[in-house]
Amino acid sequence: MSTETGHVDHLGKKMGMWFFLFTEILFFGGMFLLYAIFRSKYAQAFHAVAAEENLLLGTINTVILLTSSFTIALSIAAVKRGENILSSHLQLATILMGFAFLVIKVFEWNAKITLGLYPDSPLLLKRGKGEILFFGLYYVITGLHGLHVLVGCIVIAFMLFFTRRKTIDRGNYARLENTGLYWHFVDIVWIYLYPLFYLIT
Amino acid sequence: MKEKYSEDHVVSTGTYTAVWLVLLVLLAATIAVARLHLLARFSVLGTLAIASIKAGLVLAFFMHLKYEGGFLKGMLAVVLSALTILIGMTFVDVWYR
Repeated sequence: MSTETGHVDHLGKKMGMWFFLFTEILFFGGMFLLYAIFRSKYAQAFHAVAAEENLLLGTINTVILLTSSFTIALSIAAVKRGENILSSHLQLATILMGFAFLVIKVFEWNAKITLGLYPDSPLLLKRGKGEILFFGLYYVITGLHGLHVLVGCIVIAFMLFFTRRKTIDRGNYARLENTGLYWHFVDIVWIYLYPLFYLIT
Repeated sequence: MKEKYSEDHVVSTGTYTAVWLVLLVLLAATIAVARLHLLARFSVLGTLAIASIKAGLVLAFFMHLKYEGGFLKGMLAVVLSALTILIGMTFVDVWYR
């Protein structure tokens, strides 16, 4: 793709991914807005119920996602230096951390569902309106975020394949770079979800 | 030849490591602010401010925005402004309904 004399549109290669991320910002932004409105309306209930979240698991997941952002960033730098093997190891580490995040998420959801706290459950319907809304928002927002993590893992798996096959290399890494942008965005969403669901009590 | 968009600029491992460590320190700070009630009734604002600093670090270094030209930065500013206006107007509507 990039030749010594040819013009390479570096900005254009990334622009599409950034535009997609802008739509994603507004997508998650809408859900943050819903959370903010209902939190301001049912401040006491949100306050009390957020304390039921497992702070330890939430914190571990935050460390995992921050570290996975670090490794995917390093993997791109490695490809730019021509170190494909190192890059593929770092991508594998990122995928494994993504899966670890999802496994912990499953444990968290499972613990709540076992307690009878899931949308429309008889137990939850007996509680106040604020708590019903909190858990509704919790499942929808963390669920959609988890879906983004899963998609990210699958896309990075493809990048890992390309990096091994050397169709991604130091002269052609736009796909990996754009995958990294997406993964960092998913990380940023979690950076905001963590205080909103685990810390603000 | 100097390129306008320094695409081949490789951020050093040291820089990435420093950013990662700062992110972890900020994570510890946000827990302290929230759980030890360090900022009393401003703890909500405090945790969100720390989250925004973390997001800014990820954007600037991991997402390479610091090294990009004005176009992407400008577009991001437009999107964030639009989101701020959307949130602000909705709150005004809810409060004064």
